[in-house]
Amino acid sequence: MPSTKVNLNKEKNVPNKRYFSEEKKDMISGYMYIAPFFIIFALVGLYPTIYSIFLAFQDWNGLSPMEFVGLENFRVVLMDDLFWKSVYNTIVIGLMGTAPQLVIGIILAFLLNLGFLKFKQFFRVTIFMPYITSMVAVALIFSVLFSNHESSMANYVLGLFGFDPVDWATSEWGTKIAISIMVFWRWVGYNTIIYLAGIQSISNDLYEAATIDGANKFQQLLYITMPLLKPFILLTVFFSTVGALQLFAEPTVFLGSSAFTRDEAMTVVMYLYRDAFRLQSFGTASATAVILLFIIIIAAAVNLLLTNRLGRKKRSAK
Amino acid sequence: MSQRVKKKKPSLSRVLIYSFLTLASLLSLFPFYWMFVMATRPSAAYNSIPPTITPGGMLVENFKKVLEQINFFQSMWNTVIVCATVTIVVLLISSLAGFAFAKFKFPAKNALFVAILLTMVIPPQLGLIPQYYLISKAGLLDTLSGVMVLFFLNPLGIFLMRQYISESVPDELIEAAKLDGCSNFKIYRSIVLPIVLPAFATLGIIVFTAVWGEFLWQFTVLRDPEVYTIQVALASLNNTFKVDFGMLLSGVFWATVPLVIIFLFFNKLFISSITDGAVK
Repeated sequence: MPSTKVNLNKEKNVPNKRYFSEEKKDMISGYMYIAPFFIIFALVGLYPTIYSIFLAFQDWNGLSPMEFVGLENFRVVLMDDLFWKSVYNTIVIGLMGTAPQLVIGIILAFLLNLGFLKFKQFFRVTIFMPYITSMVAVALIFSVLFSNHESSMANYVLGLFGFDPVDWATSEWGTKIAISIMVFWRWVGYNTIIYLAGIQSISNDLYEAATIDGANKFQQLLYITMPLLKPFILLTVFFSTVGALQLFAEPTVFLGSSAFTRDEAMTVVMYLYRDAFRLQSFGTASATAVILLFIIIIAAAVNLLLTNRLGRKKRSAK
Repeated sequence: MSQRVKKKKPSLSRVLIYSFLTLASLLSLFPFYWMFVMATRPSAAYNSIPPTITPGGMLVENFKKVLEQINFFQSMWNTVIVCATVTIVVLLISSLAGFAFAKFKFPAKNALFVAILLTMVIPPQLGLIPQYYLISKAGLLDTLSGVMVLFFLNPLGIFLMRQYISESVPDELIEAAKLDGCSNFKIYRSIVLPIVLPAFATLGIIVFTAVWGEFLWQFTVLRDPEVYTIQVALASLNNTFKVDFGMLLSGVFWATVPLVIIFLFFNKLFISSITDGAVK
């Protein structure tokens, strides 16, 4: 008897019951499949982030007990001339290293997309190739190209144009220019590829129509390519800004043994690293990290604002 | 019409365009070539004016000097282990999570997805000090696991996988498999995984090259030359007051050659991985 009862029940409820259990199963699977990320994030992402903010209000050298000091760490950092020097260095190197990339990148992408161009793949591959070298490798190669020696490649080329040799590794502008050039060299191909993808998403009809109307290539670049490329430009500006604010490997490796003792090219992250791992001052280092977060948020907000404004313009134009 | 326009075009502009692109290519390639030249020359070659621009005969000697300074092959191997492990783990975590976000319904799904995207905004330096202490307390300082664990977090991977799975895995296929009694994990293993393999290539390249080149975290966790990854080992070559440039660039050259070869073979994949990763 019981068996038939069960059977009856089953038959009756099959669609209903199955639907319900499938839904529940999906829910459980869903949570299980996304759990690994959240577990690891909680452990090595969220917890350290919160702990950093906590540390920013403590005096701590890593060994002795922590001591709550309120805003003292922020005061120390914000009163430190070296901190402001590092902010200045970061912004100057960031601008010199990334802004020219955008202009040259767009021009290169536009040229690489020209219909008549031969050896397209060759140009594309060679221009992109610097990106695959690691930042350490780039910094080391450039530390030799741009060394203080009178006979370094950079000084030799300057000499050909009649300029005096520059102390690339030790002077205020020499270091900044050398580091900016290596940032430019490594990333311009990357941005070119992104712009190229953007350009290829623009319909050819527009160019054809413009050609018929008598617009030359330069006018086409200015009035068709540039406006339609704006979302891609904003994307790369965003990446470049955030990346530039986090500059660390290039100056550190380029300067080698004098990286943390000289201030010509010390970036904010280098300042943070020096506080933490050279001076064992974890409180001020954490305060610097929090300040850096604010700088990045401000930069990101400015970017977002630009994106929004662009979106609105587009919509109203429609 | 367009043909006539093309024929009429003055060849001067084309010459300019080709010259500009050739110059850009040369400038892109020159540091690679220069690195090779220096790797084959004695350090003294550096003092000659004009600078030497042809290769010499010290390719092997310079590399021997590198081997005296750093444990080159061990460091390369360490990097390969870190990159391969991280790539595999990230692919698995991302495809599972991407599958869940693309095909399952569960409460707070969208909020959780946005949360994952938001974690991308946290600059990696913010948690550096506690992360260092966490790793040191767990006894993972100077270990490759200590390096890896941080790289397992890859929100971009989950984002890309969700895009890809929702576009390319048909709902009907999943429904049909469910009617056949397949468990969700079986669906993941035998339906989703084969379909997302091309996306694995893209994401794999992004992750592998990112981890290969990362410096700050590896530099922080690895202090013992025995466990140096290649980036930290190379950086240590430049850490003395007087550097032998031939030796230095020989190290960089041999550490870069494998990557260049892989790149030249798979350059289309490399280049499309950038646009897939950035444009989507």
